[in-house]
Amino acid sequence: MASDDLTKILISMAQQSDGPGMILMTHSVVVSSAHALLESPFSIVKPRIGPGKANNPMKALSISGLQKTYANGVQALMGIDLEVEEGDFFALLGPNGAGKTTVIGIVTSLVNKTAGQVKVFEYDIDEDLDGAKACIGVVPQEINFNQFEKVSNVVLNQAGYYGIPRTLARERTEKYLRQLQLWDKRQELSRNLSGGMKRRLMIARALVHEPRLLILDEPTAGVDIEIRRSMWDFIKRINAQGTTIILTTHYLEEAESLCRNVAIIDEGKIVVNDQMNRVLRELQFETFIFNLCEEIKQVPVLDGFVVRQLDEQSIEIEIGPEQNLNQIFEKLSALGLTACSMRNKTNRLEELFMKLVDSKNNHDGAEQ
Amino acid sequence: MRLRSDLIGLQTIVYREYKRIMRIWMQTLLPPSITMALYFVIFGNLIGKRIGQMNGYDYMQFIAPGLIMMSVITNSYGNVVSSFFGAKFGKHIEEMLVSPLPNSFIIIGHVAGGLMRGLLVGFVVTIIALFFTKLDVQHVWVTLTTVFLTSIVFSLAGFINAVYARNFDDIAIIPTFVLAPLTYLGGVFYSINLLPEFWQAVSKANPIVYMVSAFRYGILGEGLKQDIPISWAYVIIIGFIVLLFTLSLYLMKTGRGIRE
Repeated sequence: MASDDLTKILISMAQQSDGPGMILMTHSVVVSSAHALLESPFSIVKPRIGPGKANNPMKALSISGLQKTYANGVQALMGIDLEVEEGDFFALLGPNGAGKTTVIGIVTSLVNKTAGQVKVFEYDIDEDLDGAKACIGVVPQEINFNQFEKVSNVVLNQAGYYGIPRTLARERTEKYLRQLQLWDKRQELSRNLSGGMKRRLMIARALVHEPRLLILDEPTAGVDIEIRRSMWDFIKRINAQGTTIILTTHYLEEAESLCRNVAIIDEGKIVVNDQMNRVLRELQFETFIFNLCEEIKQVPVLDGFVVRQLDEQSIEIEIGPEQNLNQIFEKLSALGLTACSMRNKTNRLEELFMKLVDSKNNHDGAEQ
Repeated sequence: MRLRSDLIGLQTIVYREYKRIMRIWMQTLLPPSITMALYFVIFGNLIGKRIGQMNGYDYMQFIAPGLIMMSVITNSYGNVVSSFFGAKFGKHIEEMLVSPLPNSFIIIGHVAGGLMRGLLVGFVVTIIALFFTKLDVQHVWVTLTTVFLTSIVFSLAGFINAVYARNFDDIAIIPTFVLAPLTYLGGVFYSINLLPEFWQAVSKANPIVYMVSAFRYGILGEGLKQDIPISWAYVIIIGFIVLLFTLSLYLMKTGRGIRE
């Protein structure tokens, strides 16, 4: 895969995310980061199975040679192979139009595939589609419940479609509406809910038949931070109880902090597929935020490090593969500065994308 | 086990449709009742008195079964086309499509909704008709089976229209330009025996003629000079049900207008 292609994908994703502002970065660091990504084992086009997957546990989702060509001739998927283990929290990332929603559409039977095989917990969708469907709960990107139904009826009806008897359906409706803080709204028309409540209602609806695989297609789009965090706490608990989660999101820090495995899809192909920590490790740089005991008037110059000032007492410093924290402490001490506390900036994936955006912009500017 | 689950799914759709019909009764039940009451007043009472008899019956008596059937046809069709297209438009059809509920049960559930509204409106119109004329049902089973099966035919037709429809214009075109002319020319207001032979032959290509005629026979009985043999009416109605249900299943399986 060409360096330019990967850069393009990452830039596209970063531009779609609500990432931080401009980040100063030397061109060499950007290039080395991009090269590290390209040369790393997970950057090969053919997906590979990580070491933790050697025991061959049950696959929640198994996709091979999946192709989709739409009626207008657009080839959305060009032979995708993907496996998600049972119990995993899996991120499926990619820029808009990359093919993520098409994959989800095919798995949930809303899109007809052109070729390839899809199995959900060993149920082949060509042989036992109903068996596969019974295992899946899906929270789509767009609001897709009847906005004229009462909140409780949206969940109750979905339970009915999955064949859950009315008494049990009522119990589960109460359980999930309570857990998602919607029980007080159960008699309201669903169209009167706020955006965040509508998202939570779709999660309650997707869980009412207690699926083994929960697919979340950008579930936190347009949701404020507080609700987003409470939603993720809830989803993490569901995952801890054994439900496999597949997540697509443009909030890359969410994917970074939540998911154990990740695949990046672009132009209908899987371009990265590995464990999240391996992907992040391969980035080869990290950013730390230092809270200083003294106030600073200007950005301290630490030879060999990229330093940004956040406020009067906070700076963030990037550490490359050949650097370490001791060097930073020594340089700070030499300047008469003391680090009171320090923390890792978590959204490294997003950072990488933003750096590549800057790199691309700088590169384009230089060419002009 | 799966059949039991599927039956719960079917029951859910039927109950959901029932609640929808009742929730918006001012759109589903009231307008057809008022329209039909106006038909009875204007055509039956005012103009009908001057027309005299039709096929040996008072004009009011003659048109009452036709008007009941017309309301059943239009409301069965209208219920399914608006409910299913509404689900497509609002995307909540996906709730059913991602579930393990078989396509056949999704179709039957919506047809049951059309049947419910068609028969409810038919019942209300019958009550209204009784204010204007006397209706002694001569053949109960013929009356009930004809209205029941006809309602199924037009519920299925409405379902197919909704599957193909891409916008709200598409769900108005067929009722306006196909269903209404076929109904008005289907012997609701006149006996096709009054037409010249050529137009009688043309009228016999209209399936609604058979349905209205059989229903009228069921209510008015032997005294009615039959436009159409009753057995032919059943063959045609059941034939349409089989044809339209098969087509609906095919459309759902291939995902025409529903799945990409």
